[in-house]
Amino acid sequence: MIKFFLMVNKQGQTRLSRYYEHVEIHKRTMLEAEVIKNCLSRSKEQCSFIEYKGFKLVYRQYAALFIVVGINETENEMAVYELIHNFVEVLDRYFSRVSELDIMFNLDRVHIILDEMVLNGCIVETNKNRILAPLFVLDKMAES
Amino acid sequence: MSDVVERTLSALPGLLGQQDPGAGPGGGPGRVSATSRLGGLIRSITALSSKHEEEKLIQQEQTNLKATVSAPTTTLRLMKECMVRLIYCEMLGYESSFGYIHAIKLAQQGNLLEKRVGYLAVSLFLHENHELLLLLVNTVVKDLQSTNLVEVCMALTVVSQIFPREMIPAVLPLIEDKLQHSKEIIRRKAVQALYKFYLIAPNQVQHIHDKFRKALCDRDVGVMAASLHIYLPMIKKNACGYKDLTESFVSILKQIVGGKLPIDFNYHSVPAPWLQIQLLRILGLLGKDDPRTSELMYDVLDESLRRAEINHNITYGLKALTYVIQQDPNLALQHQMTIIECLDHPDPIIKRETLELLYRITNGQNVTVIVQKMLDYLRQSKEEYTIINLTGKIAELVEKYAPDNEWFIQTMNAVFSVGGDVMHPDIPNNFLRLLAEGFDDEKEDEELRLYAVQSYLSLLEEEDTFYPQKFLQVMSWVLGEYSYLINDGDPEVIITRLHRLLKQTFVTSETKAWIMTAITKMSSRMSCSKTVDKLIQEFSTSLDTCMRQYAFELKHLCENKELMKNLFPLDASCDEIMVDASLSFLDGFVAEGLSCGAAPYKPHHQRQEEKLSQEKALNFEPYGLSFTSSMSSSGFTGRQSPAGLSLGSDMSGNSAEIGQKETNCLKLDGVRKLWGKEGYLPKKENKTGKEDKTQPVPQDSILMAHVVDPPLMQSEQQVVSLSEEEKEKQQLASTLFVGLGSNSTISLMGRADIITQKLKKKSKISETQNSEEASSFQNIAALPFSPLPDITPNNKENFQGSEHLGLRKVSLSSSEVLEASVSFDTSQSVTEAGLDEQLSNCRLSTSSLFADSNIEVFQPPQNIPDIVANKAPLSLCLPEELAGHPHSEIVKLCSSDILTVYWCKVWTDDCSLLVLFVANNSTSPLKTVNLVFESAEHFKIFESLSCHFPVIEAQSMESCQKCVQLEKVCTEGILSGSISYHLDTDTHLEFSLTFSLSDFIRPMKMTTEDFGRLWLSFSNDVKQNLKMSPSQGSLSIALNALKQKLKLHIVEIIGNEGIAACRLLPSVPCLLHCRTHARTLALWFRSSCSALPDSLLYQCQKVMEES
Repeated sequence: MIKFFLMVNKQGQTRLSRYYEHVEIHKRTMLEAEVIKNCLSRSKEQCSFIEYKGFKLVYRQYAALFIVVGINETENEMAVYELIHNFVEVLDRYFSRVSELDIMFNLDRVHIILDEMVLNGCIVETNKNRILAPLFVLDKMAES
Repeated sequence: MSDVVERTLSALPGLLGQQDPGAGPGGGPGRVSATSRLGGLIRSITALSSKHEEEKLIQQEQTNLKATVSAPTTTLRLMKECMVRLIYCEMLGYESSFGYIHAIKLAQQGNLLEKRVGYLAVSLFLHENHELLLLLVNTVVKDLQSTNLVEVCMALTVVSQIFPREMIPAVLPLIEDKLQHSKEIIRRKAVQALYKFYLIAPNQVQHIHDKFRKALCDRDVGVMAASLHIYLPMIKKNACGYKDLTESFVSILKQIVGGKLPIDFNYHSVPAPWLQIQLLRILGLLGKDDPRTSELMYDVLDESLRRAEINHNITYGLKALTYVIQQDPNLALQHQMTIIECLDHPDPIIKRETLELLYRITNGQNVTVIVQKMLDYLRQSKEEYTIINLTGKIAELVEKYAPDNEWFIQTMNAVFSVGGDVMHPDIPNNFLRLLAEGFDDEKEDEELRLYAVQSYLSLLEEEDTFYPQKFLQVMSWVLGEYSYLINDGDPEVIITRLHRLLKQTFVTSETKAWIMTAITKMSSRMSCSKTVDKLIQEFSTSLDTCMRQYAFELKHLCENKELMKNLFPLDASCDEIMVDASLSFLDGFVAEGLSCGAAPYKPHHQRQEEKLSQEKALNFEPYGLSFTSSMSSSGFTGRQSPAGLSLGSDMSGNSAEIGQKETNCLKLDGVRKLWGKEGYLPKKENKTGKEDKTQPVPQDSILMAHVVDPPLMQSEQQVVSLSEEEKEKQQLASTLFVGLGSNSTISLMGRADIITQKLKKKSKISETQNSEEASSFQNIAALPFSPLPDITPNNKENFQGSEHLGLRKVSLSSSEVLEASVSFDTSQSVTEAGLDEQLSNCRLSTSSLFADSNIEVFQPPQNIPDIVANKAPLSLCLPEELAGHPHSEIVKLCSSDILTVYWCKVWTDDCSLLVLFVANNSTSPLKTVNLVFESAEHFKIFESLSCHFPVIEAQSMESCQKCVQLEKVCTEGILSGSISYHLDTDTHLEFSLTFSLSDFIRPMKMTTEDFGRLWLSFSNDVKQNLKMSPSQGSLSIALNALKQKLKLHIVEIIGNEGIAACRLLPSVPCLLHCRTHARTLALWFRSSCSALPDSLLYQCQKVMEES
């Protein structure tokens, strides 16, 4: 099961956070700081999985942005590793070449996309067309 | 694809300076203007340089937001933007609860995208139990009924993210309808919502299981995939219930692997990989321990494996390889160079995974190299978990494959010094057991022991070297036991070294006890010793009372060398020592004491219990808890301390330790000589192994090539151009992977061994626990006890006899019975009147618990035996003090030719008792009958999980009682266990029995006013409407049915409304309000425990269906 989904940049600023289990707000910031510290301490040669307290962190780096997913032992690390990339590909398709600023200016939409893909800590949809369909409809309605 | 992403993201700094990044090339989606307030916030956030600045910025932002959201002129469009800004504030760690209510309002009033953002904000801000969440329910219900599909979608999404559990009935029918919707996305989201309900309130979706099946067979992949999420946990819970679906899952996987899905389900040309993983998980659960079901899967698994691309994220590969190697060690050979690379990998996580892999391929020939690698890693790691894990593995390998004595002892020395005091206590115990028990060859044994003694002596030679306590204990035991094997050494020297240790400050008192015992043993073999005399003198005045006692003991023993020699025979650690566990030799002493007016002995737990009951006013702990922990801790110290080794009789005050026949010395029986067989047996193989090693490198690798499959031939050809370093690696590889490949029978055997050994270990642990508990039990039962009471109530003498008997029995049975019979005793002393009257009083007082319900015997449906043959013989009856309580029928639990076990549940006022009768059907007495329960997830058994009968006479019966408590609320759970006995051979019978929630429910008397007050104070509630059949008629009939089956107390019935109360033992209240109208019964539960209403509702449903 996925415990949380984070996007944090190299400076340690959180760009997106979604928790699938309730965590107190002040604990979140502490956790995020530790998580990114852990990720930054690793070199390119090291693998993308870190054992961290009670769970595992799976992370990928895109330019200056880290996407870090916390999972428990029942989840498959590799599945999550590829999920991250799938998510980035979806963002890339929606924003046609996504950038950190796209994510910041459209935080709500990025959340909507993520909600289509992960629910209750489970990977529920990975088909890009289906992930984006509801959002495209919303956008169309908003335009007209 | 990822290249593209990375390139665009790396171009980001350039974008930062631009005026309006929102209006990028995409254009399509409505973008935020950088000049808006949100744009301003984002700009400021990116420009932040310190935490302090951030704080100031967000505080400012929050002030602005507070004003904006509460202003009546704020448009919904602006409100939507405010929500995103609020999300930012919370994301940065600043709580903004003032905006929560506005998020709900936005979801309610907004238009599509605004609504969606409202819902999004709600799901981000609120948690499951947030009170504001209730305000969302109406909006959700409205949107679920909307004709606009987008709105329905949103509502379904939010329901599957966050929804108040008590309101599920309000939306459940709407969502069930959506399962038949024509649009796949609606069906899919409906299934996802039901999954959420399953997670938070499984009982409420129990009736729609067949609809899940329909979803599984849905024509759309997405809907099917969504249903898998529900099936995974359901199958995990109860694999047997879903075996019939195996073929469906297999055929789905077959279609996916065969590329039958629409192309857009592919991910980098792999068809729906996540879906495949999910299906494989399910199949794994279904096929576990079930070859017939597994049979169905092999084809498709093979196919999926073949199609799967090998992935190169290295740990994952390693992990996969580790699992695969267990099936086929040859595979490791194909990847040996990769594995070698990984061993030197800078990433410790990868290194550890590699060692894990090597551990699996260890055999008699490569053990030295692999263990060396593990030790290297061990020396560097500081993490406790890693040390425990690795030392365990090393010890296991060493025991199994050690090539010679020297290496064995040296490696274990390394393990002890590095593993120190964090390693598992089994490691030193097993090691000593190996030394003591020896193997088939007496000469080999002596050599091994001698080597151990020599190596420890040389280790102790250096002064002021620090060794972990466990290691010192091992050393002192071995020296004490086997130092006589050194012919040329002076025992005086050894004693001096041990003496020196005693004075070290880092040595704990536990270790000192070990050392003292060693010295005592050694001095028994010497005529006189200056060091010993000095030592006695020194410690006779020690402030440490234990040491002082040891010194005195030693002093007295030294005065009688003959006795001492008898006490400490040479090399006799494996001999059984007979101990009179019942302490019968003390009977006279006890009788004398009692006659002089001494209070009868009370076991520790009883004293504790009494103390607790005196302090009742302040005790908030559930009863019995403190007692169990103290019990186990006393057992623990008993096992840890070597003190009672053979000097036990001196410690008359501490009877708990004496009875332990073997636990205080090493537990030596039932141990398999793992090492011996494997360590010496492969001698011949060892020789070939050594030959391999002595050969020069190039030949070595050629030799490998002979052993190995063709793929390796290629790599062998490349050897020519290898650099020095690579050659080294090659060499390492050849030493590591020797013995695999065509020789794989060895490692295959080894693998089988791992399994059996693990099993062995487990049973050993339970055995020791068992014997520990059993022995403490024996101590409690210091007096022999007579069989079950057969008191005839018209004989006064007999009755008084039964009082004694009761006392003795008390010490055997559960603490709850104890209380019952204690009160029984007092009632007797108060009224010294006629016996019959007393008995009837007694009956009355117990049955009056249920007097208001007018039911003598409850019979939950699951207790009714299916077969009449299971019925117990009529002679079976409950003990007197329990017979008055409502109880289930006594039925057979399990049986063999020799022994039959019956059981019965007794529902007393404050606990559920499980009474077990063990009948000996044979004509000879049965010895050491042990009854052990497995620890169950939901239940707790007081006072211990086991029950021990030292002897059951021929054709007679013994009984034991256990108090069972529900620890985790569930509707039904299984308690399983086993009974073993010895008659010619050891026999083992397994059994399991069911307890349901209703066993732990008791009526709770209260007035209507109390009910009202309590009702308001509880927050966890569940409502449900049940259909009533015509036969159930009125409310009072229905309520009476519930009362009888579930032991509720009906507080009041007015017209078509009724209230009832019950409590879950020991005292968790649950209240029920019910109302009938037009053939439906509306049930409304409230309780202080969140899981209770749900489970009770389920029980009620069952009762209503049955009646």
